[in-house]
Amino acid sequence: MSDIHADISDRSTALGGVGSVGDYWTLLKPRVMSLVIFTALSGLVAASSDIHPWLALVALLAIAVGAGAAGALNMWYDADIDALMARTANRPVPRGAILPGEALGFGLALAVGSVVVLGLLVNIVAAALLAFTIFFYIVIYTMWLKRSTPQNIVIGGAAGAFPPMIGWAAATGSVTLASIALFLIIFIWTPPHFWALALFRENDYARANVPMLPNVAGAGETRRQILLYSLILVPVTFLPSLLGTSGLLYTIVTALLGAAFLWHAVDVYRLREGDAARRACRRLFGFSILYLFAIFALIIAERILGVAPFAPVIG
Amino acid sequence: MDQKPFSPEDMSRRRKRSIALALVLFGLVVLFFVTTIVRLGGDVAMRSF
Repeated sequence: MSDIHADISDRSTALGGVGSVGDYWTLLKPRVMSLVIFTALSGLVAASSDIHPWLALVALLAIAVGAGAAGALNMWYDADIDALMARTANRPVPRGAILPGEALGFGLALAVGSVVVLGLLVNIVAAALLAFTIFFYIVIYTMWLKRSTPQNIVIGGAAGAFPPMIGWAAATGSVTLASIALFLIIFIWTPPHFWALALFRENDYARANVPMLPNVAGAGETRRQILLYSLILVPVTFLPSLLGTSGLLYTIVTALLGAAFLWHAVDVYRLREGDAARRACRRLFGFSILYLFAIFALIIAERILGVAPFAPVIG
Repeated sequence: MDQKPFSPEDMSRRRKRSIALALVLFGLVVLFFVTTIVRLGGDVAMRSF
């Protein structure tokens, strides 16, 4: 890591300060941030508390900035491998538009700022969860697991799964089984989502020496694992119904979406050669994004439409 | 370390960055002010502490 950072600093031949507003915006990983905002909003809404709308807005803003800070710190640390992958080579740090030190300072300032704002203006439980999420994503996932184990995505996926729990905690000041269920949905969804991507981007990860499952255990094992996780994911998506968070609309649509998800996962398992196999992976990857979005949109939609949640069966 | 002089494009980017930073700081002032009002609630001046 330090070599590439020295190299980038030398190539820039400047003391920095030439990155544009757009470059800094890119450091925040705005697409990831939008999904974080959306799932956190879903947690906030699902909690059904009487939080003031302004405070809810402040909470979402702090969570979004915290997610952006994690993105910036990730781009600071991963500049070496980002430079080797087609998908990431044009990011501001490997391109030399922003110096590694600038990205680090930017990320740290936002991380501390977002946690402090959430703690002071909303509540301490949400702030503690946000701080832990940033720590988990940077130290546990980016610095440790990503480069050392093909299970990187499985454990590291927890970082992406926390936002609805943080939203829930912002609304209620607590962590409950229902908010853990929202966490579990994203946690179990992450491996099939990323492994589908890794299957058609296998060369990218191999070039960067990132031990993704396909280039360590092989494409066949990855397909098997995708199917296994998909089989676990679908029942897990019904937990909100069993815990009294969601109602009939969510349950019916989620069942249909789950059937479609399994259909795509079976396709990935079944089709192993050539263009058909690659297309199946791309279809699962694309559908998985729609699937997660739809599940959390349904939770929000039920609240807006006034659909009554089921009585809790567990919890 | 050699420091190249900033080009006009660099200066333009720096200027835009400074404006963006000023807007963010102003936004934070508004954020803290409104949140304080919301947290305190109405009739602040009439409360006994």
